[in-house]
Amino acid sequence: METYLKKIFNDAGDVTFFTGRFFKEILKPPFEIKEFFRQCYLIGYRSLPLVTITGFIMGLVLTLQSRPTLAEFGAESWLPGMVALSLIREIAPVITALICAGKIASGIGAELGSMKVSEQIDAMEVSAMNPYKYLVVTRIMACTLMVPLLVVFADGIGILGGYAGINIHSDVNLFRYFSQVLSSIDFLDIFPATIKTFFFGFFIGLIGCYKGFTAANGTESVGKAANSAVVAASLTIFIIDMLAVQVTDLFFIK
Amino acid sequence: MLQEEINIREKIVAENNIPVISIKGLYKSFGKDNDILKGVDLYVNEGENLVVLGKSGSGKSVTIKCMVGLVVADEGEIKVFGTSISNLNNTELNAIRIRIGFLFQNSALYDSMSVRQNLEFPLKRHTKKLSAAAIDTTVMEALENVGLVEAIDKMPAELSGGMRKRVGLARTLILQPEVILYDEPTTGLDTITSREISELILTIQKKYKTASVIITHDMACAKLTGDRIMILKDGVIHAEGSYAELEKNDDEWVRSFFI
Repeated sequence: METYLKKIFNDAGDVTFFTGRFFKEILKPPFEIKEFFRQCYLIGYRSLPLVTITGFIMGLVLTLQSRPTLAEFGAESWLPGMVALSLIREIAPVITALICAGKIASGIGAELGSMKVSEQIDAMEVSAMNPYKYLVVTRIMACTLMVPLLVVFADGIGILGGYAGINIHSDVNLFRYFSQVLSSIDFLDIFPATIKTFFFGFFIGLIGCYKGFTAANGTESVGKAANSAVVAASLTIFIIDMLAVQVTDLFFIK
Repeated sequence: MLQEEINIREKIVAENNIPVISIKGLYKSFGKDNDILKGVDLYVNEGENLVVLGKSGSGKSVTIKCMVGLVVADEGEIKVFGTSISNLNNTELNAIRIRIGFLFQNSALYDSMSVRQNLEFPLKRHTKKLSAAAIDTTVMEALENVGLVEAIDKMPAELSGGMRKRVGLARTLILQPEVILYDEPTTGLDTITSREISELILTIQKKYKTASVIITHDMACAKLTGDRIMILKDGVIHAEGSYAELEKNDDEWVRSFFI
């Protein structure tokens, strides 16, 4: 028990130190602009196909599942607004973040883990370079910026999926659908939901980098780093979401 | 430019014969009851090839990693170019690291970069004023030194073990270090490639007048490259001398390396 508690406190200390180093290094020049944009491309652009497919399916399935219940109350006309609100406020941010945790956090964990095991990180260090700045800062920054953009994209695609779902059973004009969507959402639906996605992105990057950068020696640890990065990032997303909903409820919902 | 630098280095050595690396009483343990180094003393002179022999797990790699601050020693003094590295901050340590080349056991080439990018990477970071043409020339020269110009646009995954070692060596040379640390340079290679790498180490030492520390358990490599050999046993230097001297040594442990 004592050893277990000691390990928890040690890990908490290490994560805190790792996070603190990020805020210290991010302000210090030189800035790895080129590597940052490369990571934005890999993390953002390369995730687009996955986010597009899942976003569309989210909207479509949500519409098909909600339609019978709303039809019972004769409230089918609320479907576009309800789907848009559900997607923007909760479903698209959380599901997209979870997909990113699976794809990006595990990818970063495995990549940095294998770099650590094959001494590539040590090679940077002995060449008088700063591997933390080059590998970690750029990845966390790219995740923090790209995940919100992916979520906004998933929102749009999801709403389009909703339009496809509605048109399976009825014939709704695209213009009319979108005017209903837009009239049902306001700034307070979008703002808190978007803010929390920056935290999702930050923690996905941070956890992936931490797990990879601190991987032990041996190839087995690469798999462990990737796996634990997904588990920890997914759990963190739910915790942040819970806190974000509480904060939103406290300050924004009257 | 290179010849000028070599002349300056030779002059400095002639004026004050300070070892480029000296270690006194180096201790390192990893956890309780796992003492790896128990008071290692060694020195490397300018232009000298020092081979450190020892069985697996004897702490050879830990010793050279301590020399560049990759592993922090528990006790002892490590002086590199006359400066004790124990209390240096990151910037000061990097100023020393830039003068040292390190060839890792598995070459540690950056997988996501081509051979050209692997070589350009440290160069671009440490020589900001160098033009694109000058960088290209330096990269080509480094690859010519190791006989691998044709592999310039290949990815590390496309290279054989021997080629990876050569590219690793080219990357080590690119910043024209004064000391090169080799961590098991011939491990995992066939006899012929091992000999080629050992000969390359010698050629580079003669061409650039670098000092080298070569960690190995390959006796052929030690014989070919070593001006002086130190044998590590149980965390301390057990024997020291030239290959010919150690070959005649009566100590059973020392003899076991020559059988």
